Amino acid sequence: MRTHTSALLLFALAIPAHAADIAMEDQSQIRIGTADPASRTYFQPPQESELPDNAFGKLVQEGRAIFVDTKNRAPEYVGNGLACANCHLEQGRKANSAPLWAAYTMYPAYRKKNDKVNTYAERLQGCFQFSMNGKAPEADGPIIAALSAYSYWLATGAPIAQELPGRAYPQVPEPAGGHDLAKGQQVYTAQCAVCHGKNGEGQKSGTDYVFPPLWGADSFNWGAGMHRINTAAAFIKENMPLGKGGSLSDEDAWHVAAFMNSHERPQDPRLIDGSVEKTRDKYHANDGVNLYGETVDGKLLGKGI
Amino acid sequence: MNVSRWPLAGLLLAISVSAQAADPTAVYGKGGANTAAMACVTCHGAEAEGMAAAGFPRLAGLSAVYMQRQLADFASGERANPIMQSIAAALSPEEADAVTTMLANKPRPDVERIGRTAAAQGLGETLALRGAWERNIPECVSCHGPGGVGVGDSFPPLAGQSAQYLSSQLIAWRQGTRKNDPNDLMGHIARGLTEDEIKAVSAYFANLTDTGAGR
Ligand code: HEC
Ligand code: HEC
Ligand code: HEC
Ligand code: HEC
Repeated sequence: MRTHTSALLLFALAIPAHAADIAMEDQSQIRIGTADPASRTYFQPPQESELPDNAFGKLVQEGRAIFVDTKNRAPEYVGNGLACANCHLEQGRKANSAPLWAAYTMYPAYRKKNDKVNTYAERLQGCFQFSMNGKAPEADGPIIAALSAYSYWLATGAPIAQELPGRAYPQVPEPAGGHDLAKGQQVYTAQCAVCHGKNGEGQKSGTDYVFPPLWGADSFNWGAGMHRINTAAAFIKENMPLGKGGSLSDEDAWHVAAFMNSHERPQDPRLIDGSVEKTRDKYHANDGVNLYGETVDGKLLGKGI
Repeated sequence: MNVSRWPLAGLLLAISVSAQAADPTAVYGKGGANTAAMACVTCHGAEAEGMAAAGFPRLAGLSAVYMQRQLADFASGERANPIMQSIAAALSPEEADAVTTMLANKPRPDVERIGRTAAAQGLGETLALRGAWERNIPECVSCHGPGGVGVGDSFPPLAGQSAQYLSSQLIAWRQGTRKNDPNDLMGHIARGLTEDEIKAVSAYFANLTDTGAGR
């Protein structure tokens, strides 16, 4: 009886948000501190050469392949040109690049925002729906199994339910005067366009992106964590320009993150009644610093593409 | 004695300036109007495939924009090389444009596009497909494309070049004689590699193809 009512309640809550297809609607950020130089020794995931040559080793390798070549290895679930490894560098191993070894041991996790305990599978599904602008693979299907096995193996020897240094992207303090889109554009032209293209469109070799698109139809959608300027600034400061992480000032990381996220991208799949305003109020108003539903240069952002 | 040649040189210059057109095949096979712009074919090979033993690079299929920038940097000394400096300085801009456009349209080396999904064994392949992130060295293929085929106008192919040429460039960055890359994107990587790594990764990309100077 009790289960029945709560199921009904969940269902009722779910309808306006189309959450029937949204496995993990909460994309709010993980709360962690700024980069701490004192904790520069990070957890070391095992080497690929240590993988056993058996069914488990094969599943792990399969998970790694999906992680670095998501569009080709899980095409039904990907709606853009990205791969998981584009935002989780060194194939999900790099500290401060939201490494999988620091994530796996922290789920299931209760989240106040949607008053729900999220499993690791649901966390992975969330990435497919937002960062990959696609749909959630079945929780008990082969894609989630392989990605979970890869994460589990990377976390070999890590303590359970204990936040490790290097988790997520270390926060970068917001500039005193806020972000500045014109300055962001200057940083973009000088430091990013050589790889990501003049218009954020990325660059391909054959049919696959080598340099992923930062905005537009082939990039992450308005519901993805990366659409928050604070999260993007943290990612960029630590990881971009590729191979030169840590070289931008905190201010420039914010400016360029804001510039990137002041462009149109695919719609937030949680869109309520076709209304950017309602969706902003429910999902974006209290979600860090973001431009969804704001007007920039006379254009309303968040209409989707 | 030399004086009698000057009017002719002047005439040639006048023609190339007014016509704005240089014959790329002539530049490549016989050299530029200025005799210091020696025939490219002597060193870069009949099909622009390069000469492995001498470490002369392949030019066939490289981006024209990339080659034009290299020629300008040779001329200015940003990329220091005594042979190419005098040649690049002697090429007229029209000749440089024409010959690089012709070379860019030649076939690229046809290699398997091995990317990061592939397994990596050994020092060279590991650098190419996994990087050495503890030293901020990304996978080579994350900028040079799968199989090192090159990407756009800024990331030249590594496949199709000989191990001698590839390692000579990595050493040039370490020694500071090549410093013309955008924002030191390549320089910091080359300076972070050990000698053994330079040998291994150069051999890896050189061995991806059996056409051109790779072998
Ligand atoms: C566009 C960039 C992007 C892409 C692509 C992406 N992610 Fe993420 N991922 C993020 C961001 C941002 C976060 C949240 C970090 C935060 O909240 O600070 C995150 C968080 C995660 C977490 C939780 C981390 C933790 O410590 O709790 C996991 C697991 C994860 N992603 C897996 C994946 C997988 C699997 C894929 C591919 C299907 C993927 N991601 C694709 C940006 C991305
Ligand atoms: C040398 C080339 C290069 C430069 C320069 C560069 N990036 Fe990237 N960037 C990449 C590559 C490659 C990836 C994907 C990483 C991977 O898959 O390993 C990436 C990933 C990203 C991502 C996450 C994926 C996506 O498409 O959203 C963002 C955001 C990003 N870069 C922003 C920037 C910004 C901002 C700058 C300038 C400050 C910059 N990058 C400079 C090569 C570059
Ligand atoms: C005497 C031999 C010689 C001749 C003749 C010569 N080159 Fe070169 N070229 C070289 C060498 C050696 C290098 C490598 C220089 C270095 O190590 O930096 C080179 C490099 C280049 C590069 C840079 C390739 C890269 O991948 O970065 C270009 C472009 C080039 N040459 C164009 C030409 C053109 C065009 C001509 C004819 C007008 C020409 N060369 C004639 C020896 C020669
Ligand atoms: C962050 C991007 C990036 C990565 C990663 C990268 N490179 Fe480069 N590389 C470049 C750029 C840019 C150039 C062109 C420099 C120029 O314009 O003069 C280049 C040029 C080169 C050249 C000279 C090619 C020629 O025709 O003269 C060699 C050799 C080379 N890279 C080897 C490597 C190797 C080996 C690795 C892996 C260990 C690697 N690169 C990784 C950006 C990168």
